[in-house]
Amino acid sequence: MILSVVFALLFYAATILLVVGVARKIAVYARTPAPLKIPVAPAPLTRAGVVWRMTKEITVFRSLFFSNKWIWLFGWMFHVALALVLARHLRYFTEPVWGWVALIQPFGKYAAFAMIAGLAGLWARRFLVDRVRYITSLSDHLMLALLMAIALSGLGIKYLSHTDIVDIKAYMLGLMYFDWQPLPADGFVLLHFSLVITLMVVFPISKLLHAPGMFFAPTRTQVDDAREVRHTAGWTAE
Amino acid sequence: MAKATFDTPELKPHQEVVDLPTVKPGTMHHLKTFPAKPVHNESIGYPGELVDDWQDKAVQRLGELVEGSKALRVFLDTCVKCGACTDKCHYFLGTQDPNNMPVARQDLLRSVYRRYFTFAGKHFPKLVGAKDFDKPMLDDWYNYFHQCSQCRRCSVFCPYGIDTAEISMAAREVMDSIGVGQKYCNEILGKVHKVGNNLGLPEPALVDTLEGLEEDVEEDTGVLVRFPVDQKGADVLLITPSADFFAEPHIDGLIGYGKVFHQAGISWTLSSYASEAANFSMFIGSADNLKKTAMRIREAALELGVKRIIVGECGHAWRVAYSFWNTLIGPFDFLDPKYPVPQHIVEFTYDLIQRGALELDKEANDHRRITFHDSCNVARASRMGNIPGGQFILPREVIKAAANNFFDMAPDTIHEKTFCCGGGGGLLTDDLMELRVKGAMPRMQALKQVVEENDVNTLVAICAICKTQFAKVLPYYQFDSHMITSLHEVVGDAIQLGAKE
Ligand code: SF4
Ligand code: SF4
Repeated sequence: MILSVVFALLFYAATILLVVGVARKIAVYARTPAPLKIPVAPAPLTRAGVVWRMTKEITVFRSLFFSNKWIWLFGWMFHVALALVLARHLRYFTEPVWGWVALIQPFGKYAAFAMIAGLAGLWARRFLVDRVRYITSLSDHLMLALLMAIALSGLGIKYLSHTDIVDIKAYMLGLMYFDWQPLPADGFVLLHFSLVITLMVVFPISKLLHAPGMFFAPTRTQVDDAREVRHTAGWTAE
Repeated sequence: MAKATFDTPELKPHQEVVDLPTVKPGTMHHLKTFPAKPVHNESIGYPGELVDDWQDKAVQRLGELVEGSKALRVFLDTCVKCGACTDKCHYFLGTQDPNNMPVARQDLLRSVYRRYFTFAGKHFPKLVGAKDFDKPMLDDWYNYFHQCSQCRRCSVFCPYGIDTAEISMAAREVMDSIGVGQKYCNEILGKVHKVGNNLGLPEPALVDTLEGLEEDVEEDTGVLVRFPVDQKGADVLLITPSADFFAEPHIDGLIGYGKVFHQAGISWTLSSYASEAANFSMFIGSADNLKKTAMRIREAALELGVKRIIVGECGHAWRVAYSFWNTLIGPFDFLDPKYPVPQHIVEFTYDLIQRGALELDKEANDHRRITFHDSCNVARASRMGNIPGGQFILPREVIKAAANNFFDMAPDTIHEKTFCCGGGGGLLTDDLMELRVKGAMPRMQALKQVVEENDVNTLVAICAICKTQFAKVLPYYQFDSHMITSLHEVVGDAIQLGAKE
C-alpha cells in the first residue's frame, strides 16, 4: 500500500508541475511581443492561410519533409505512433471506454513498435551522421533513452509481466477520482510509471517545449500583410 | 584583387547541386572580421571599446532582448537538435566548419542563454550544454556571428521555423552594446547618419553624378532622360541603394529605372537627404538605428510632397521597406492610397508592362542568355504584387517581357530555397573575402549547371549586395565578372525610347 501512496503523490506532483510549467511557458510565449513582421516565405496572406500552413506542419511535418527525408521518416513515424499510443492509453482513464478509443486499440498495439523503430532511427543518426553527432549533447541522448525506456517498459507490461490491466485501470481511475486503489506492484509497471513521471517533470524545462513553442514562432504564424496592416508591438509600439 | 591565401572550393562536374560535406571543426575559426574603431561604435550610440563589466552587461542585454522578442524567446527553447538545418547553410557547405551549421551557430548563443536564464542550465550546465560567457565564447560569437549572412534559408527548412538570422542579429546587438562592433557595418551606418548614404557621397557630388548620367544617356540614345534630385512635387520618391549612383553593374540599373519613368511619363525624384535605401541597422540588430535610418525616408517624402515611394533594386532594403516601414515610420496616410507603400521598382515596371505602357524590344537582349538569382531578403522576407510568391514571379515576368532567353537554375536553389550570394548580412567586406568566396560555392555550382546546359551568360539580380558580391567572386570560379547584370539594365536595353512619344 505504501507504494500505491507514493506513486499517487508522485503522479499528482508531476501533473501539477507539467500543467503549471507548460501553462507558464505558454503565457510567457504569448506575452512576449513580436515587434516586427518576420514571416518566412512562402507566407500566407490571410489568417486562414496561416492556420492551413500550421495544420500541414503539425500533421505531415511539411517543412521537415522537404528538408530531410530520413529525419522526416523517423520523426513522423515516432510522433504518429506516439499519438496513437497515447490515444490507446485513454482506455485506462475512461469508464466506459469511448467508442473511438476502443476502435483504435489494435492499431495502438503495433504503434508501440513503430514508435520504437522511429526512436531507434533518430538515435542512430546521432551516432552515424557526423553533423548530427556534432550538435548532440548529453541531454539529447538522455531524452531518447527516456522515451525508449518508456516504450520498452510499456511493452514489458503487456508481453512479459502478468499484471492484470484491470487492476492498473482501477488504480488510474482511483487517482482521478481520489479513491485510491492498490497499485499492482509489478517491476515493469513501477518502471513504466517512474519513467513517465520523469518525462512529465522534465517536459516544461526541456526541448519538449517544441510542442507548444512551434505555435508561437513568428516566422510561421505571422500573416504576410505588412503593407496593408500596420503592425506594432513591444518597442515598435512605444 | 589581393592574393588569395585560401583555396576556392572546386565545383563538381556532376549535376548534384551540392555534395554533403563532412564536418571539419575549426576551418574558419581564424576568420575575424575587422573590429570597429571607437569612433565607429560611438557614432551609432554604442560604447567605443570593450566595457569593464562586459560579462554582466552582455548577459543583461541578452535578457532584455529575449524579453522583448517572441522570436528569440521561442527559438531558444524549441530547437530539438534534429539536424535538419545542418546542411542548409551555404557557409557550412562551402567551409565545412561545423560552427557554420545553423543549429551550431544558434547554440553559441543558446548555450549562454541557458547558463544564465534557465533552470537546467543554471543547475546542470554540462547536461544541457550550457556555457559561461567568457572571453573564448565572446571570440567565437564575434567570429561566427559574422559568418552568417542572415539569409534565413535555415528557417525555411526547420520544422519549427527557427530563424538563425534573428539569433545572429541579437548576438551582434549584444556585442555592440559592450563595445565590440564590426568595422564594416558600424562605419557605414555612421556615414548614413552623417551624410545620408552608405558611400558618404555628399549632395553636390550626387547632383554632379546624375547630371553626368543624363549626358551619357543622351549621347547613347539621343533622348534626354532626366535623373532628378530633390524635385518638390514629383509623383514618386525613388529610394535606391547608393551603389546605383556609381559602380557597374548597378548604375546601368539606375539608367533602366530612369528610362522606365521616362517612357511611363511619371515624374520622379531622388532625395539628397535620404539618398540611401540600405539600412544596415538590421544586420546588427539595432532597433534604435533601424528606426532612425528609416525615418529619413518618411521625412524626405513629406518634405518633397510626393504621392508614392518606390524602392530600387536592393535586397535587405526591400525587406526593411516592405516588412518594417509601415511599423517603423508609418502610417503613410499622406501618400496616394491607390498604390501600395512602399512599392518595389519591379512591381512598378511589371504594372506598366501589364498596362502596355512600355515599348519593349526583346531582341535588343538577344545577346543575353539570362538566369535569375533570387536574393535572400526579397525571396524569404518580403513579397511583391498581391499574390503569395509574387516576389518570385514578378522579376521573372519582367525579364521575360524584356528578353527572349531565360533559364532558371535548379529548383532546390531558387525561390524560397535560394542560396545566398555569400556576401549578405553585413559581410560584404574584403576582410571576409575567404568566407565570401567559399559561401558562394552553392550558388556557383547551380550557375555552372545552367552555363553548361543552356549557355547562360547573364546572371540577373535585384540586390546591390548580390551584384557587388558576384562581380567580385565570379572570377574565383572561372566565370566572367560581367555576367552579373541589374534587372533594370535588361529592361532599359529593351526600352525603345521615343516609341511612345
Ligand atoms: S532544423 Fe530547427 S529544430 Fe532541427 S536542429 Fe535545426 S534549428 Fe534545431
Ligand atoms: S541565416 Fe543563412 S547564413 Fe545564417 S545560419 Fe541560416 S543559412 Fe546560414
